[in-house]
Amino acid sequence: MLSDYLPILVIFLVALFIAVFVIVASGVLGPQRPTKRKLMPYESGMEPIGSAQRRFPIKFNLVAMIFILFDIEVIFFFPYALVYKRLGVFGLIEIGLFMLILLLGFIYIWKKGALEWD
Amino acid sequence: MPDIQIPSIDLGVSLQLLIIFGGAMVLLLADLFSGEGNKRIVGYIALLFVVGAAAAGVPYWDAPRSTFNGMLVLDNFALTLNWIFLLSTAITILISLEYLPRQGIERGEYYALLLFALGGMMLLAQGTDLIVLFLGLELLSITLYVLAGFAYPRLSSEEAAMKYLLIGAFAAGFLVFGIALLYGATGTSSLAGIANKLGSGLAADDVAFMLAGAALVIIGFGYKISMAPFHMWTPDVYEGSPTPVAAFMSVGTKGAGFAALARLLLVALGSQYATWGLILAILAAVTMVIGNVSAVAQTNVKRMLAYSSIGHAGYILMGVLSAGSPAAANRGIEGFLFYLLAYSLTNLGAFAVLIALEQRGEAAWSLDDFAGLWHRQPFLAIAMALCMFSLAGVPPTAGFWGKFYVFTAAWEAGLQWLAVVGVITSAIAAFFYLRIIVQMFMRDPVREISPSLDRNLMIGVGLAALGVIVFGISPTPVIDLVQGSVLALSR
Repeated sequence: MLSDYLPILVIFLVALFIAVFVIVASGVLGPQRPTKRKLMPYESGMEPIGSAQRRFPIKFNLVAMIFILFDIEVIFFFPYALVYKRLGVFGLIEIGLFMLILLLGFIYIWKKGALEWD
Repeated sequence: MPDIQIPSIDLGVSLQLLIIFGGAMVLLLADLFSGEGNKRIVGYIALLFVVGAAAAGVPYWDAPRSTFNGMLVLDNFALTLNWIFLLSTAITILISLEYLPRQGIERGEYYALLLFALGGMMLLAQGTDLIVLFLGLELLSITLYVLAGFAYPRLSSEEAAMKYLLIGAFAAGFLVFGIALLYGATGTSSLAGIANKLGSGLAADDVAFMLAGAALVIIGFGYKISMAPFHMWTPDVYEGSPTPVAAFMSVGTKGAGFAALARLLLVALGSQYATWGLILAILAAVTMVIGNVSAVAQTNVKRMLAYSSIGHAGYILMGVLSAGSPAAANRGIEGFLFYLLAYSLTNLGAFAVLIALEQRGEAAWSLDDFAGLWHRQPFLAIAMALCMFSLAGVPPTAGFWGKFYVFTAAWEAGLQWLAVVGVITSAIAAFFYLRIIVQMFMRDPVREISPSLDRNLMIGVGLAALGVIVFGISPTPVIDLVQGSVLALSR
């Protein structure tokens, strides 16, 4: 039973060893010549401007949430695309109902003004 | 490639659910296209759907059937529970119609959310699969989190919603873990399947998993029915929530939680009664004592009702657990259903009177606010008195028969001590219920409060009070109903 999971434990230990080994080895073996420029936070080669903890509008939150909701719901169409021929009329009705409910939600957020930026 | 098997689906089983969920979506649209400040129309449409769903269930009486590979049933037990839930929701809508505009929180989503919660409750009554039960519970809980915070931006309401969310999420964790363990031990999530598996015997180490799973599931539902020691959230959440929502929660969540718990304990774990029977009996006793003794100390009537609802959870649990014993199998279920109906009507009536007393911006829930109510609003005073008598279990009210029924069930199940605890705590409870009656009829008004009694609220209070007194004087129709509902569940 539990011994079936032994290979996973081995992989876990190997991964841990490699990670620790690389960090420690490069710290011990590598040459250390720090300059001010080298110690800067890495921002794709740009000079950092200000703090990373900036304020941004809470509206992002709403938009992101709505995006995730619709995104995940639309994923449901992919398995349907594979089998729609075999499901026939039954599948068409079911996916139509699903689509209708999705549409209702869309009308709701639109009318409620969740898509307005201001 | 093999052909895809499309299960034959009997839509009749889910007809009531379909009406309610379809109705909720129609309400969302109705909210969008109804003008600002005129959301009553949404409430009336909601009422229409609730009545329609209740009527749609009538042809299915005495014709138990199941569908979706046995995940959903519509037997008399589920049907009776559905009717109780539909009645509770109808009264909740009636008492909300004028309350929301008066409090300045009239938003059309209210009724859609109520209907979604109702659908969750009905799923809990009809579900015969752990997954369906979980789905129903989440649907009910998530909508109630929103409803509890509906009085936004009032701080106490937000606080209630937050507390309820945290506790609810915590409870859901217990439930899911329990379901996982039960599934792991038995290899099925169907309640009947679990019963079969238990009947044919489990391997020794699976028994431990099964018991742990059962315990966790019971804890998960224990939060929802506010069984001690999982009741701490109840007073705070009820106090902060908008009053109609508190009323709905006190009867709805509780009833639905009990419905699912009853099916789980009696169908899936019926053979394990020897294990859970005594534990639940002790918890029921503790719940009754804690709920009723804490209520004595309250001067805030809304909090008092919250504690009393904890106490009543103990009495209902008494009925459910007695049904596990073969000696009281039918009596326990009958007692549970009767008590639930009586309690639902009574509690909704009591909360409705609180709504009438509640003014915009200030809460009138102290005992003094009830002083001399008889002189100002005889109708409200009489309705409140009836509800208080019923909660205390004084004949001739429905509450009396409910108590009588569950005490008999406990006695027949061989739990005489539990019945005695029930009687003693009822006597304690009578003190704070009668205190309100004394305030209303024998004192002069302390503060000047003009209760706002509109037509819809009057119908709501009237329905509840009428039910309490009519079913108290002639309980026969309800007894027939609950006796018919027990057959389908008997193993």
